[in-house]
Amino acid sequence: MSKLILSRRRFLSAGAAGASSLVLAGCDNLDFLGADGGKARAILEKANDLTYHAQRLLVRDGALAPEYSETEIRQGQRPNGSTDPQSAEYLALKEKGFADYRLAITGLVERPKSYSLDELRNMPARTQITRHDCVEGWSCIAKWTGSQLSRILDETGVKPNARYVVFHCYDVYDESDPAAYYESCDLVDARHPQTILAYGLNGQSLPVANGAPIRVRLERALGYKQPKYVHTIELADSFSRFGLGKGGYWEDRGYDWYGGI
Amino acid sequence: MSLSRENAQSIDAPVRGPLIYRQSLATRLTHWTWAVCLFFLLLSGLQIFNAHPTLYIGNESGFGYDNAVLSMRAVDTENGPQGRTNILGHEFNTTGVFGLSGTAGDLDVRGFPAALTIPSYRDLGTGRVIHFFFAWLLVATLLIWLIASVFNGHLRRDLAPTRTDLKNLPRDVSEHVRFQFHHGRSYNVLQKLSYCAVFFILFPLIIATGLAMSPGMDAGFPWLLEIFGGRQTARTIHFVAMFLLVSFVAVHVLMVLAAGPFNELRSMITGWYRASPGTPESEGDKR
Repeated sequence: MSKLILSRRRFLSAGAAGASSLVLAGCDNLDFLGADGGKARAILEKANDLTYHAQRLLVRDGALAPEYSETEIRQGQRPNGSTDPQSAEYLALKEKGFADYRLAITGLVERPKSYSLDELRNMPARTQITRHDCVEGWSCIAKWTGSQLSRILDETGVKPNARYVVFHCYDVYDESDPAAYYESCDLVDARHPQTILAYGLNGQSLPVANGAPIRVRLERALGYKQPKYVHTIELADSFSRFGLGKGGYWEDRGYDWYGGI
Repeated sequence: MSLSRENAQSIDAPVRGPLIYRQSLATRLTHWTWAVCLFFLLLSGLQIFNAHPTLYIGNESGFGYDNAVLSMRAVDTENGPQGRTNILGHEFNTTGVFGLSGTAGDLDVRGFPAALTIPSYRDLGTGRVIHFFFAWLLVATLLIWLIASVFNGHLRRDLAPTRTDLKNLPRDVSEHVRFQFHHGRSYNVLQKLSYCAVFFILFPLIIATGLAMSPGMDAGFPWLLEIFGGRQTARTIHFVAMFLLVSFVAVHVLMVLAAGPFNELRSMITGWYRASPGTPESEGDKR
């Protein structure tokens, strides 16, 4: 009996020492959890799939993000990420006030098509005052006006094997890492009534800093899921052949694809 | 022979109380899972906080006006850069800890210092991956614990304070203040009240405010925003609840050390707990 107690005592003190060294050693020792392509990270990332499927199960496909009143717009929309794209193509468009801009709808669609800014503006518009939530943690309320993506998808027709909508953009976030911004979402979010291709912000034309001429509003997701400076919308059955294959610029750099939390 | 044995026991009795089986396997497993979860949730949460180390009241963050209640930032002064923390309008110089930290030659503008975040370097994407994994694990473990505790009687027998408990509250407080502990068959009233506060107030609060920050959840359950008064208020409450949980863990560990770490840890590892002398014995106890 005394032997058992002794071994227990030794076990307890070893356990306590182990636990406290984990804390005292600081967190450099735990940096391996972040290693891209690591086994630990791959296990942890499974939780993101769980979140995506759980939210799709719990939240109705058509459930609207909260909309606010005019009086709740108390400031301009804070620009973040790229705010002034420098590609020659974009600068040329900007110079002419985006008169030559065309939005191309390509990939797995029945009738590939492109839209001028005027054509988009002449479609029935949806205006919504919503809260923009940045992955960093801040929020900002603004009024967005644009054409519903669902209407455009109806016009072009979506092939039955299409699963994702991929947005290709003019901006390069980081000049030292010259990858064009892109994003993707599933067809549930793409067909959501609040998912619009916005050309207006707070009653004015969408400013360059906020994504002119067209940015996506995906109101049930974080800001990085709502790309600015969009030039092409591509329907695809997988996003593995775009960028680094994770479905978006930030996803390729370690962020979760769903982005609804 | 038998007489001497009885004598031995009667001498023993006042010195040692009975060894009682106090913690079920479910309680012990869930307890240590939470310890691990809270460790990772705290440090990955501080990583996430560092991406925008300001807390606000309301639906949005004031950039054109001021609705901040807490902020950590670095400012340039005549004496070089300083870390500043502002709480409800009161400004503190927190250089080296909050706002600006690191080694003298390599100061870093960041809310919480590297030693308190996972990863130690700035990596919001990874912080979120870790945070959501352990958030799911915490919630799953809580559900398992809740179901087990209803069925094995832990909730009713050990956690729900009785009328006698509440009557004993002043005595219990004065005993704790003097670091005198009575090791009974079940928890004392301060333990019951603090554990109930953690399980039935702090955990639900931190989970619900976490969900209220999800734009996806807000579409399905807009009342999440309404009960907390907006997404940014929910974020602030999430942070305050974190602070209260950290305070609870600090006091909890202190109490384990003060009440006898060997006996307390043994009960949470093996289930067996040495009660105070004079504790009435019951079936299943060991000497």
